[in-house]
This record gives sequence, structure tokens and C-alpha cells, in this order.
Amino acid sequence: MKTAVIQFPGSNCDMDAVKAVQSTTAGTAELVWHTTKDLSAYDVIVVPGGFSYGDYLRAGAIARFSPVMDAVATEALRGKLVMGICNGFQVLTEAGLLPGALRQNESLQFRCEMAQLVVENTDTPYTRSYHEGEVIRIPIAHGEGNYYADDATVQELEKNEQIVFRYRKEHNPNGSVGDIAGIVNKNKNVLGMMPHPERAVHELLGSADGVRLFTSIFTTWRDAHGTR
Amino acid sequence: MAHGEPTPQQVQEQKIYRTFGLTEEEYEKIIASLGRLPNYTETGIFSVMWSEHCSYKSSRPVLRRFPTTGERVLQGPGENAGIVDIGDNLAVVFKMESHNHPTAIEPYQGAATGVGGIIRDIFTMGARPIALLNSLRFGELNDAHNRYLFSHSVEGIGGYGNCIGIPTVGGEVVFDNRYTHNPLVNAMCVGLIAHDKIATGTASGTNNPVLVVGAKTGRDGIHGATFASTQDPHAKERSAVQVGDPFMEKLLLEACLELIDTGKVIGIQDMGAAGLTSSSAEMASRAGSGLVLDVTKVPVRETAMTPYEMMLSESQERMLVVMEKGEEAIAYEIFEKWGLEATAIGHVTDDGFLRIVEGETVAAQIPVTALVDEAPIAYRASLRPRYLDELRVDLPVCQVASSMKDELVALLSRETIASKEWVYDQYDSMVRTETFVRPGSDAAVVGVPGTKKALAFVTDGNGRYVYLDPHQGGAMAVAEAARNLVCSGAQPLAVTDCLNYGNPEKPEIFYQLEQSADGISRACEVFATPVIGGNVSLYNESHGIDIYPTPVIGMVGLIEDVKDIMTSDLKASGHALYLLGDLFAGLDDGLGGSEYLLMRDPMHHLDYALPTFVFDDEKGVQDVCLQAIQQGLLHAAHDVSDGGLLVALAEMAMTENKLGVQVRLSPDHALSTNDLLAVFFGESPSRILVEVAKQNEQALTSLATMHGVPCVRLGEVTKDSTFTVYIDQDVVVQAPVQELESAWRGAIGSWMNG
Repeated sequence: MKTAVIQFPGSNCDMDAVKAVQSTTAGTAELVWHTTKDLSAYDVIVVPGGFSYGDYLRAGAIARFSPVMDAVATEALRGKLVMGICNGFQVLTEAGLLPGALRQNESLQFRCEMAQLVVENTDTPYTRSYHEGEVIRIPIAHGEGNYYADDATVQELEKNEQIVFRYRKEHNPNGSVGDIAGIVNKNKNVLGMMPHPERAVHELLGSADGVRLFTSIFTTWRDAHGTR
Repeated sequence: MAHGEPTPQQVQEQKIYRTFGLTEEEYEKIIASLGRLPNYTETGIFSVMWSEHCSYKSSRPVLRRFPTTGERVLQGPGENAGIVDIGDNLAVVFKMESHNHPTAIEPYQGAATGVGGIIRDIFTMGARPIALLNSLRFGELNDAHNRYLFSHSVEGIGGYGNCIGIPTVGGEVVFDNRYTHNPLVNAMCVGLIAHDKIATGTASGTNNPVLVVGAKTGRDGIHGATFASTQDPHAKERSAVQVGDPFMEKLLLEACLELIDTGKVIGIQDMGAAGLTSSSAEMASRAGSGLVLDVTKVPVRETAMTPYEMMLSESQERMLVVMEKGEEAIAYEIFEKWGLEATAIGHVTDDGFLRIVEGETVAAQIPVTALVDEAPIAYRASLRPRYLDELRVDLPVCQVASSMKDELVALLSRETIASKEWVYDQYDSMVRTETFVRPGSDAAVVGVPGTKKALAFVTDGNGRYVYLDPHQGGAMAVAEAARNLVCSGAQPLAVTDCLNYGNPEKPEIFYQLEQSADGISRACEVFATPVIGGNVSLYNESHGIDIYPTPVIGMVGLIEDVKDIMTSDLKASGHALYLLGDLFAGLDDGLGGSEYLLMRDPMHHLDYALPTFVFDDEKGVQDVCLQAIQQGLLHAAHDVSDGGLLVALAEMAMTENKLGVQVRLSPDHALSTNDLLAVFFGESPSRILVEVAKQNEQALTSLATMHGVPCVRLGEVTKDSTFTVYIDQDVVVQAPVQELESAWRGAIGSWMNG
């Protein structure tokens, strides 16, 4: 499994994503500079966290015009796994690969803490190693993580079982509609989530609950390609 | 007369140098150095280089007393940051700096650029920054302006660190009205480097090109360094505060590390205070060389900038780089990839002059030695303040409002003692995925990739202690920093310090500086933690009131094996609680300097002397604690500091584990209410609370006995989540941990979110 971790100017969780993939799976991962126009050589694409282009204007608003984003869209359309974490989620919504938008936290403050998520749907390439309804601990660190979509879109997400993670009831850290923390597209190959699974891959980091997200991805890939 | 500036004669006749902060004596010295009258630009250059901020003219004689060498020290003071060996061909690079004056004027940008500046000092050395810490002081939160300064400073620190992607892992915040008009923002950055990648700020090799890299130069921050060297920042202009761009700095960081990695960099230096002037002069000074710089080549973002403005601009996110001749293209290519500019603006010479040209015209020509080595030293008068000889040593008599429990709850809700979650939840403390102990424990712990090692960091200082006893207070700051590291399982390695004081021209203030520096020096010798860098911030006074003398100690420790990482939160019921150190020290030492006394008797809290501090006792307690951790005897360790014994115990209990504490003290004679207050809330140093499994109690007490350290069994960790303190058979404090916790956790938020 070859993973590309996209590196925009201002990405800062890029190396963390590389490390997480390498330490939790038998696959490889490498940084791919934002000027790259062809991602066909990769099986999995991670759009990492950080402050792409300083998050100036609006989080993810400039990165979506980066040359690499056309290639990301192409591979997403071809069914490759594309995962956006934090700023990556913001970029994917700005690019129209996922519905909705991320607004400023209700508190108007940046917030970094260990969040509790409920796994809503285990029937995705990203969550098959979890149990439905399981509560997992995954850190958040964002100022603009307040997920918003209009009622019709949220109903659509519910109906299609696209909501993958919710914050635990009464523990919504940012005001997201429906406590939504992570969603997939209709096809379930594109995931966007504000929490950072790559920061929860070892007990020393306070949680290893993120490991199974990466092993889910790896298992999905292996089932499709055999061991290689 | 270029650019409509005054002529050298006018500078002299109209005493324009005075407005730049130069004294008559200093101006005469400049004329003597040059052998002629300085022109306007030269006068500006001298004034910033000889300012307190750049030249340390008041503090240099004091700083010389610090121990600065040691087996592990690879780089002591004098470079952009100090470096300490941690084995495996790796070294830790760190420094702390103040940004107090800008913060008083514009808290968001003042604090943010403080963070930006200290990060540059670290990656200038070739090191990858791995952690940020800070130490903050504000006036109390019942004042709206204090809340404004506090919230915006925190936001600025977060805004910069979060964006650039370096975790803010620790720090401290203290609230006291002595800082109302002079908030302190001290920022510390730590980096990791391989021994063979260390870069220095040296401009050597005649004809080697000099490049400006990073952001363009504008008119912001002109005379910022001078402004930090005079009294009352409120009289100054906001335009002297710089504006930070963390995105730009992230690009600059990556580009500089990539460039240094090529091995073609001769020297590199951050353009911080006094911008191009101090960076060029210092680089030439270290190499004993000279420089020619053409200001018309400097990329600018404003039009018609004069050489004077160009040399004194403090625009952020810029670096000065000396490359090997002929290798400039490497820099151009790397910086272009990161979307940044790298521009050759001059070259190294061998004549020892800093020569600034504007095309064909020479704008300034000054011997480097005159700017750097011959900077004046101000030998300030020192006088022991009278109040020090009038301090009382008896136990203060306090009126207890209702019960001891209420006293404890009140103390836990004090802003200085309360949980700082409101602050650190705004900082990304986890990016880089090496943060093993996040903010909230005694020290932060960050892993060293590729090894079993981890590094522990802490910032500590207590201005009130230093005010009450400058020498001992300085020593106690170092002791507490070391104690916090030890409680985290780390061996203390070295120190960076920020010396924040009032106006040094007042002899009583200079006495505080001198004496506390001596105390720090002595303690650094005892704990074998040399001072490898830092800075001094003076003139922290306004409306005639000086801040408490507030040296802040940033200390780094090494944990050889991550299995030895220790935290302060209780782990399991049935474990025993012990105190290493003297349980009843408060009966002799009282409440002097304590937060409790400030809370209950604010009018007289500065009338009482500090508790006794004995180096040998402190060292013994720390040695026992660290050895016990390394022998696997402990499950938690927490030092007794602000708020005293019961606050420390409560802090250990307020965890996710929902445990309780039941302790019983057995004094050898009956204690009055006043005695109890001293025992419960006195802040006698050199004490650590530890959690021990039953089967290890014997081993712990033997270890302590061997070192001659008192080791008292206080009680046990319980599962019922109640906090109970007995004196013999009587319950004197009882409360659900939840009640203590909500007071402690909610205090700052209730001011800030309300």
C-alpha cells in the first residue's frame, strides 16, 4: 500500500501522518509536494492537518486551488481512498469532495484536547476494525471545526449513513451540527474528520484508538489487492 | 544631507542622539570611536546596538557570574541559543526570551512575535524546533484591562505556535496586581539537532556573499529595541510593535533547515531586535570580520525607505545568511521552492568595518568592535532595600472565614493556583506526535524520535519570593524547576533564564537583580545545571511601580528511558501517599510569601520573611525522588509549591481516575488553628508528595533513610473520591473531590467566559 501525504505550504501534521501510516501498517507513506499533478501511483491519499497557506482568507480556501487538488479529485473519482484530517477535511469540503463546511468553533477559540467519539458506521473502508457505537478517544486541535450543513444535507448524510464519527453527547467541543466529527462521501471512499487519528497511535500519546483507523485502511487495500 | 535627514552637525547641536536614548557620555564615546561626528544613520545604529536590550549594559557584569560550562554543554551563552549534549550524537537546543514591553501595548502581536522570535533563535542553530513553553504574568482578572491583556496574549501565543506546528507543551501563569501595567510574556523554544549539523551566526571568509532571506523589509518595529530599554512603554508608540506572520515563518523554518542541511551555509542569524543592524554586527563580530551591505538590494514592502529605516526595521520572519561564495544558487532554489525570497545584499570583508552603502553612496561606516565589544557598561549603584531588614519571622495570625475546607476551596479557586486548562486548551500541545506528558503535570515530556529517551521541560519563577529575599528567591526558582523535572522522572541538564526586573537605575532594583542572579548562580552550581543562554528585560515599571523582581527559569531534563516518565495524577486506590521532606516545616517557617497569606491578608502579606531553604535538604529530596522513580517504586510524584501541602494533594486527586485521598497527620503536640494554616498552606520548599504501591513502601523508606531525607506516610489513595484530612482522630477537612475540582477547574473560565 503506497500512501501519499499531500504537503501544502503550511501543512504541519504531514510528518505525523507519514509516521502513523508507517508505524501502524505494513504500507509505505511519503510526502508529496502540492505542485504534483499526478497521483495515480498511490493507493491512498492523505490530506493532512495544519494551516495550509496560513489559513488566510478561510481555512482550506486557498489550498483547494493548489495544482495537486485536481489530481486528488481524479483519484477520488476513481475510487481511491482519500482521507482529509482537520485542515485536510476543510480542504476537501472547500474542494467540493465532501458536503458541508467547517465554521469557527462556537467558543471562538482554538481548542486542543482529547475528544471522545462515537463510531457511528463501521461499514466504511476506514472504520471496519471498530465496533458500531464504540466510544474512542481521539485528540482534536482546531479553531474552525464547527461542522455545518443545511438540514436537507444532514438528512441526506443520515439516510446514506455517511456520518462516521460523532462527538459524544454533551461533549461536542465546537458546536458541530448533529455532533458530527467525521463524514464520508456517498461512495464511502473519501473521509473527512476534524479529530486527529494520527495523534492516537501509541499509549504514550494518551490513546492508541486511532490505530484501527489505519489498520482498517490497510485491510481494505489488502482485500482488494492481496498481500504485496 | 541625504533623505532630508539632519546633518551630523545638527545631530550634535540639536542633541538628536538624546531622543534615540543615547547619553552625552555615550555620544562622546561614539565620536571618539569614529574620530568624527556620526551621521544620522550611524547615530541610529549606535543607539540600538548600545541600548540596554542589545548591549545588556546594566546586566552584563551580573550575567558574568553565572556558571555556563559543563560536560554536556556544547554551546553556552553568546550564540542564538545554547546547546546541550543528550547522547546518541544528538543535542538539545533551547532558549527563553521576554517580550514584555510589546505585549503591554499590543498583547496579541506582542506575545505572538515573542514566540516567533524565539523559534527563529532555535532553527537558526540548525535545530528542528520540537516544543514551546512560556511563562506569563498578569494583573488579577477582576480588572477588565488585565483580562484583555491575558486573553489576547494567550490567543497570540496559540495563534503563532498552532499555525507553525510546534507544540506548546507547558508553562506557567501567575496573576498579581504588581504586573497590572507590566505583563510578562516569556517564551521558550526547544529544538533537537545532530551534533554535525550545528550552525552558527558567523560571517567569515572574505568575499563570501551575504543574503537576506524570508520576508520583505518594512517600516514596522523601528526602534523596538530602544523602546524596550526605557521606562513606561505606555508613553511609546504602537508603531514600534511588530506584526507576526506564522505562515511565513513556517516556510522560513523549512527553507532554512533545508539550506543548512546542504552544508553550504557559513553562518546564519535571526534578524530580531534591531534587525539588520544587530544581526550583521554580531555575525561580523563573532568572526572578527567586516561586512559591506547595499540597502538598495534589500527586498522591501514599502517605498522610499532610507538606510536608517532599513537598518533599524524590526520586520519579522527574516534571516541573514552568509553562504560559500559561488553557492548562492542553492539558496535561491530552495527559497523559491518555499515561495520565499533570498537576495544577496553584500559580502564579507576583512577590514573590520560594518559598511552600509546605498548604491554608490556610503551611508554608514563603523568599526564592528565599536558597535559590539566597546558597547558601554553601566555599573549601576546597588542598595539593599530597607524593607528586607524589617520582615517578620513569626507566624502571621489569619482569620479563617469558616472551615478549613472552605479555606482550601478558596485557595484552589485563586487564579494563580486554579487549573490553567482555559489557557492550554487553546494551544496545540500534541502536533508532532511526541508529546508524552501534556500541560498540567509538573513538567512537560516530549519524546526523542528514534531513541528510548525523552526530554522534560519546565518554566518556573516566583516574583514574590524574590522580592522577599532576592538571593534565596533566585535559588528557589532554580530549585523548583529542578524539582519539577525530577518529579517527571528527568535528570536536570541545563538552564535558560529570563531576568525580568524593574528600573535598574534605582539602586534597590539593581540590588534585587544582583542578589537574585547570585542566588541563581549558586543553585545552578548545586544542581549542576549551567546557564546556557537567556535574556534580560529591565525597565518593567510604570506609574513609578516596579514589578516584582521576576527571574524565570527554563530548565531542560533528560529521561534516559521512557518507562521512567512520571506524572502527578493518582493512579490507583490502595496505594500509599508519602511526603519526602519536612511535613511540619510550616510550624517554623509560617506562611511567608505564600498565596494563602496574599489571599487572607493582602495588606500585610509582604511583611513576612520567606520559609527557610537549605540546598542540602533540597538536593536530598530530589535525589531520593529521582532514584525511587528510576527503581520503579513510584506511581505519581508532585512537588509542594504554590498553595502548600493540601493544594498539592488535591491537585493529585483531581484526575480522570476519580480517586480520593485520606491522610492523617500526627503532630507531636496540639496545633492551634493558626498552626494548622501554616502546616496546610505554608509553602516551605524542598518537599515532594509521592504515590507508592504497598509492596514498595519499605524500599522507599529505606532509600530515604539512606539519604537522610524525612519520609512520612501520610495516608492512602481511596476509591471513594473523597478528600479527607485527619489530625490524629479528628476530621479537619472533608470534601468530595468533585467539589474541589469544580472550584479549581472553573475559576479562570468563570472570569473569561462570563
